[in-house]
Amino acid sequence: MSTETLTAPAEKVKEPKEPLFSKKNKKLISNPLDIDNPVTVQVLGICSALAVTVQLKPSFAMALALTFVTAFSNLFISLLRNTIPSRIRIIVQLAIVSLWVTIVDQVLQAFAYDISKQLSVFVSLIITNCIVMGRLEAFALANKPWPSFLDGLGNGLGYGAVLMAVAFFRELLGSGSLWGFKIFEGMGLAYQGNGVMLIPAGACLVLGILIWAQRARNGYFETE
Amino acid sequence: MQRSNTYIILYTLALTVFCGVVLSLTAMGLRPLQDANKEQERKINIVSTVVKTEGMEKDNIVKAYDEMIEGFVVDFNGKVVEGMLPGAVNIPKEYKKPLQERVFPVYTSKSKENPDKVEFYIFPLYGFGLWNNISGYVSLKSDLNTINGINFGHVSETPGLGARITDDPAISERYKGKTLFNEKGELQSVVMQKGEGNNYDDAPHKVDGMSGATLTGKGVNNMLEDYFTAYQNYFKTVTNTQTTQK
Repeated sequence: MSTETLTAPAEKVKEPKEPLFSKKNKKLISNPLDIDNPVTVQVLGICSALAVTVQLKPSFAMALALTFVTAFSNLFISLLRNTIPSRIRIIVQLAIVSLWVTIVDQVLQAFAYDISKQLSVFVSLIITNCIVMGRLEAFALANKPWPSFLDGLGNGLGYGAVLMAVAFFRELLGSGSLWGFKIFEGMGLAYQGNGVMLIPAGACLVLGILIWAQRARNGYFETE
Repeated sequence: MQRSNTYIILYTLALTVFCGVVLSLTAMGLRPLQDANKEQERKINIVSTVVKTEGMEKDNIVKAYDEMIEGFVVDFNGKVVEGMLPGAVNIPKEYKKPLQERVFPVYTSKSKENPDKVEFYIFPLYGFGLWNNISGYVSLKSDLNTINGINFGHVSETPGLGARITDDPAISERYKGKTLFNEKGELQSVVMQKGEGNNYDDAPHKVDGMSGATLTGKGVNNMLEDYFTAYQNYFKTVTNTQTTQK
């Protein structure tokens, strides 16, 4: 998963007085949501996208956790970018990512105990999520803190959007509920949950269809 | 950029110290809240084996615990260990000791009509599933044979498969009314079978399995047998006093 070629955005912010939400900066957030989505276009972070998307609630928590981690790891690495010795830069990135992930994990255990139990190992596995490391390597090491922060935010949200979309279909078709509410029972219909949607293979199907639909719409093709 | 070795070593050192300090401070600051969550969870798990807690406010369940449940600690021979609170027993730590050396918490819930009579006995469970530890609480009726209710917790069983022991209420429902001992009084425990969708209503020591999670099921079986064996001496002391009282 780590061999993907990431096209580092070429824009290097040089003018000192750029507005906080300039066109370029807005793009840092909006691109990952659609045409440069980390999950559907770059196909990163699939592991957790398959694992935690059985229901909307844990997916939402996971999306928030990852957005937080990417944004702040990007910010930190960008702040340190001129001091990091290139020979140990990967391990420095890992240390910073682990730092934020552990903090998120601890905070969840203290304030959202039920969700932290549901997410169990997947929070700590954010450390190995390729999106986080990918953004650090491709963007934060070469850009200023504010754009890096936005880039992390954008990619986290892009990941989160896909997670929520997958979870929407899996929870609806798998358990007949949304956000824990029994939708079909509420409408007075009996619904026999679809077992495939509850296992990771169901996520594979939903995600595959999602990737296909999105790429078809945007006219994206893999180039050799 | 090429840097000197000294720079790299100092850089690593500073980073390590920085991360260490930040993490220790977070862990220390959040510890009381996390402990409170775990304590609340313990009480909720215990109460939920005795009464239906679905839809109840967490605070009310904790209140119910304080009103209903009493606890003490016994050793392997079934003797009460004086001066030990059941909540203070670190079950994962005890689990690492040999069975004979462990201490075991016992919780009781008295009947409402007759406050001297114990209606339910509740015992903690602990074991190993497929990936990591699993745990649980089981409540037995006053005959110390029939399962009244059970619930499971796990650290990292596979979501949607083994994790169903916690997430799927139907799993614990299957254990209700099952018995631990056969007619001869020998311990049979309750064994989850392989395969799902079979009817075991007539088999008092068998429950339907979980499709795709046979190994978690095995872990559950081992856990139950382990702890029922461990509490067997305590069961005997209780039934002995019951018969002498009669």
